[in-house]
Amino acid sequence: MRNPLNQTISAIKPSGIRKFFDIVAEMPDAISLGVGEPDFDTPWKVRDEAIYSLERGRTFYTSNSGLKELRIEIAEYLRRHYDLDYDPIHEMVMTVGGSEGIDMAFRAMLDPGDEVLIPQPCYVSYDPCTILAGGVPVPIPLKEENDFRLKPEELEAAITDKTKILVMPFPNNPTGAVMEREDLAPIVDIVIKHDLFVLTDEIYSELSYTGEPHVSIASFPGMKERTIYINGFSKSHAMTGWRLGYACGPKEIIAQMVKIHQFAIMCAPTTSQYAAVTAIRDCDEDVAHMREEYNDRRRYLLERLKKMNIKCFEPYGAFYIFPSIAEFGMSSEEFCTRLLREKEVAVVPGTAFGDSGEGNVRISYAYSLQNLKRAMDRIEEFVTELRQENK
Amino acid sequence: MREKILNYIEHNSRIDMADLAMLLGSDEVTIMNELEAMEAEHIICGYHTLINWDKTGVDKVSALIEVRVTPQRGMGFDKVAERIYNYPEVNAVYLISGSYDFMVSLEGRTLREVADFVSSKLSPLDSVLSTQTNFVLKKYKDHGTIMAEQHVDEREKVSP
Ligand SMILES: Cc1ncc(COP(=O)(O)O)c(C=O)c1O
Repeated sequence: MRNPLNQTISAIKPSGIRKFFDIVAEMPDAISLGVGEPDFDTPWKVRDEAIYSLERGRTFYTSNSGLKELRIEIAEYLRRHYDLDYDPIHEMVMTVGGSEGIDMAFRAMLDPGDEVLIPQPCYVSYDPCTILAGGVPVPIPLKEENDFRLKPEELEAAITDKTKILVMPFPNNPTGAVMEREDLAPIVDIVIKHDLFVLTDEIYSELSYTGEPHVSIASFPGMKERTIYINGFSKSHAMTGWRLGYACGPKEIIAQMVKIHQFAIMCAPTTSQYAAVTAIRDCDEDVAHMREEYNDRRRYLLERLKKMNIKCFEPYGAFYIFPSIAEFGMSSEEFCTRLLREKEVAVVPGTAFGDSGEGNVRISYAYSLQNLKRAMDRIEEFVTELRQENK
Repeated sequence: MREKILNYIEHNSRIDMADLAMLLGSDEVTIMNELEAMEAEHIICGYHTLINWDKTGVDKVSALIEVRVTPQRGMGFDKVAERIYNYPEVNAVYLISGSYDFMVSLEGRTLREVADFVSSKLSPLDSVLSTQTNFVLKKYKDHGTIMAEQHVDEREKVSP
């Protein structure tokens, strides 16, 4: 029989997190701090609206770009929250999670050989989606000493004449790093100077703890026309399973993305779209409440790590902290595997998010205090034992 | 700060003070001082436990009683309320806007006991005009807590 498989997809490694998942799956009693999704339930009024839409029989396809009413609400929301100005009709498409937006943006913009700059550690999909779109991923390893923010020199050094897109994954999964206005300004200058495009994944934008509102790179002068803006409901509104996100950008790019979407997906889930109207219109307070609770837990974990003398930079976004385990003289994977086997606590090796995650582990605080406390007690035992061993 | 402390202890009065301090970016001494101050000011009036008695072998019956009264001359509703709330069987007394005056929450071991209380203690009070007793058949949610279900984490254990 002939080889049934496409070579490009066969050559892509399965996600590093998958391997770890398989080990954890064998240990049902392990305490996990390993998830990348909120522990909160979707606000009830959103769920109620979904039920209502089903009762009303709203079970048809929506338009390819998504419910107009929803897009208009989102445009309002983006203006209100981030000072962004998008035309809901021509510059926005509702997607199946932020994930689909990322995939489509690459497919709409890349030609074979085009390079995509990907600051790492980062979410796992930019790299494979670039490859599937025929592009060439070029990692930019971010440094702990810079709090995992992207520095202008790092960007400048990675640019070639093939560079087309810079991915901006902030607030960041897995590091929790954010880019504030003064961090973004020099990046914007370089992007414009080299005539690059930006794919900004701001799925965690509502979960920022700097005390200042989140700043979108798309809101800088001259950036809207060269930015694809990705966001969604998964993290901010605790709606991962609803599979709903959106992409905004220049209308020529969005038009091509809608074409891909139209043929590959048809439309984002209708029930989710109806529910999302309520989410975007009426849930600012629920989101604020979740943000506040995440922030408390973030402080709790940082303080616990400090008491254990574990080095950790202060992350200001998402719901992750990314402490350094370099002092123990083992790889991130080894550390996580031993922690799991010896103390039944699951955290994710930094290397699951790129080579530059070596030396760190991702701890998620999308868990109750009780859970965090139990896990941190065990981690404390573990590192105490490791330090004894290493003496 | 106070509001945040209250929000936490309202739902978990047994929260460890060291943990609470870490959550709020404060220290234990400050938190303890705030708590003591709020106890002294009667902002914190007690620390109770939410019990689902249905799951125990203990018999408990509770009722919500709507009470219409005539306020006594010169004393308003407060004096009447006092006559009612001083009975230990009475759990809660609220002054209510609308078609009756007080909502009285009562607890007893049996229906009989509650009914006896109403007919022998509550109704005969001078200022009580009428009562309507509503027995609670099932408690779904109390103090912001859903009684029936244990929340289980059904997420995948590890996800990107
Ligand atoms: C940085 C980042 N971007 C995008 C996604 C995809 O989210 P969704 O497709 O649920 O919107 C995730 C999910 O973990 C993420 O962490």
